[in-house]
Amino acid sequence: MRSSYRFALAGVAAATLLAAGCSSSSSSSGSSSSSTSTTNWATEASASAGGGISALVAAAKKEGALNVIALPPTWANYGAIISAFTAKYGIKVNSALPDGTSQQEVDAVKTENGTAKAPDVLDIGMAVALANTSLFAPYEVSTWSSIPTAQKASNGIWVQDYGGYMAIGYSSKFGTITSLNQLLGPQFKNAVALNGNPTSANAGLNGVMMANLAEGGTASDISKGVDFFSKLKAAGNFSPVSATGATIKAGTTPVVFNWDYLNLPSYVGVSNWKVFIPSNVALGGYYAQAVNKDAPHPAAARLWEEFLYSQATSGGQNLWLEGGARPVEQAAMQTNGSINTAAASKLPAVSVTPTFLSPSQATDAANYLAANWAKAVG
Amino acid sequence: MAVATTTKTGARPSWSGRRPSVPAWAGTVPFFAYVGVFLLLPTGIVVVDSLKNPNGSWAVSNVTELGNPLVRGYFIGSLKLCLLSSVSGAVLGAILAYAVASGNPDGVVRRLYISASGVLAQFGGVTLAFAFLVTIGPVGLLFHASWYYEFPWGIGLIYTYFQIPLMVLVFLPAIDGLKVQWREASENLGSSAWQYWRYVGGPLLAPAFLGATLLLFANALSAFATIQAWENQIAYIVPQQISTALSSEVGLSNVNVADLLALGMVILVAIVMTGYALLQRRAARWLR
Repeated sequence: MRSSYRFALAGVAAATLLAAGCSSSSSSSGSSSSSTSTTNWATEASASAGGGISALVAAAKKEGALNVIALPPTWANYGAIISAFTAKYGIKVNSALPDGTSQQEVDAVKTENGTAKAPDVLDIGMAVALANTSLFAPYEVSTWSSIPTAQKASNGIWVQDYGGYMAIGYSSKFGTITSLNQLLGPQFKNAVALNGNPTSANAGLNGVMMANLAEGGTASDISKGVDFFSKLKAAGNFSPVSATGATIKAGTTPVVFNWDYLNLPSYVGVSNWKVFIPSNVALGGYYAQAVNKDAPHPAAARLWEEFLYSQATSGGQNLWLEGGARPVEQAAMQTNGSINTAAASKLPAVSVTPTFLSPSQATDAANYLAANWAKAVG
Repeated sequence: MAVATTTKTGARPSWSGRRPSVPAWAGTVPFFAYVGVFLLLPTGIVVVDSLKNPNGSWAVSNVTELGNPLVRGYFIGSLKLCLLSSVSGAVLGAILAYAVASGNPDGVVRRLYISASGVLAQFGGVTLAFAFLVTIGPVGLLFHASWYYEFPWGIGLIYTYFQIPLMVLVFLPAIDGLKVQWREASENLGSSAWQYWRYVGGPLLAPAFLGATLLLFANALSAFATIQAWENQIAYIVPQQISTALSSEVGLSNVNVADLLALGMVILVAIVMTGYALLQRRAARWLR
């Protein structure tokens, strides 16, 4: 099945290539000949290196379009971010596969490489980003120094954008949850759900890791988290349904382990919804931005990055914050006063030092889950 | 190229006198091109890729991965679900088909059943899973069954929703093939209803019944969207694990493993469909 799908994609890609051949070649020749500068934005690693922001804006406007992928409009405020970008620069945003996964984004970069449909920019999980750096072009946004060193590649090949902490969202019909072990009680029959199979979805893996840390495990060994879900399953409380907005609204997943920005009452759209972060655990996770090195709209791709990392009131950083996600420049913006304090105060408070999984810890956890998850909850 | 020349018939008008000389096999070209592109080529890619490493070098030892207890578990899960849903679907569908066949052959009921079966046999995926979720799920409207998430019972029940109608569609012609005269003859010879079914009707229908069961089995084997919407936190069946192997964002994606799992399914389907073809051949003998 998969290969026939890939074959179909290749066919579509070939057809698109034929159809788009003239338009893409004319636009690229246009930008190099008629533009005042001969900047090739595909190889520029910062706006200043290419002649400044205004040159970048002009080149991006000339390209006139931007291809994004796997950006659900309701996720981290992306709907508003895309319309704000279009309103500000008049650049059309083509949004493909809004509910796609990080791996599907990378697959699209490969299968649609060289076509006008290929994604220009990616918003992907760290594991996928680190495994595919050869597909990306290095780029440092103007606010580069506001981004903590640990959250960006030193050469700018990827840079984290927004994130949050794992939290337990639950229906207030359960009263107030104050500890993980309460979830083993009989009133939680078939109630506790993850956001995706942990061997497949990053949010699912981090849900198990949060339980692991709360149960006294370490970031290097996820086994206590798997044991917790095994106990949950034995108690009949584990739900095999992946939590989505629809399952929460329908009441089939009344307790959900998920990133806090996907677990806020405002995001979930359920009024009697509460959020709980275990007091001893702040498991953080950030997504990352990357620019396709063969982007069909290289200038627009870089302008999009500048917009996402802008600290302006209606820039990407504050828009993410309004969507409940914690922008990567949050600390710097709190210091320089550019943050939207009303939006920031709505996020669940985190008192302990956050834990971030290192790439090797994430890989170890994934490998342990591959061997043990199905046994633990099957 | 050697081409068979067409014979001219003098009575024909001259404009058709020279028909383009096309070899006889040319008519099959669209069919074989279609099958080649959409069946043989993808299958070939699956077979070849399953024997390679992610870096493209040959690794025939990949096949031993099919013996890995984890991988075996997915196939056992698939087999359990297919057996449960195909056997229960076949038995219930056969009873329903017999009830329909014993009614008026031109009646409204029969036409209603056949059209409804035609529609419901295609009903599946997220809509079907959701329909059951709101009727027997945790907050179900009908009742709270404690087993609805116990693999394979809950999902097996859901599968019978499209398996029974499919059985009605494929089994009805076989029941219609039972001639009234056979029943009359056996009754004239003094047989009871039990003896008629034991010695006449049963043996006549057995090959068709088993063949239809195998078809239902293959139908359940490839279903993915329904179970994925019903329970997806672990991979219970092979297609779910193929999905994980293709799209895992935590670093466990491996296209070659996905191809290998697909190869295992191709082998399974080949076995099942060979059995189906053999049984059909035997069934056809009686229905002439």
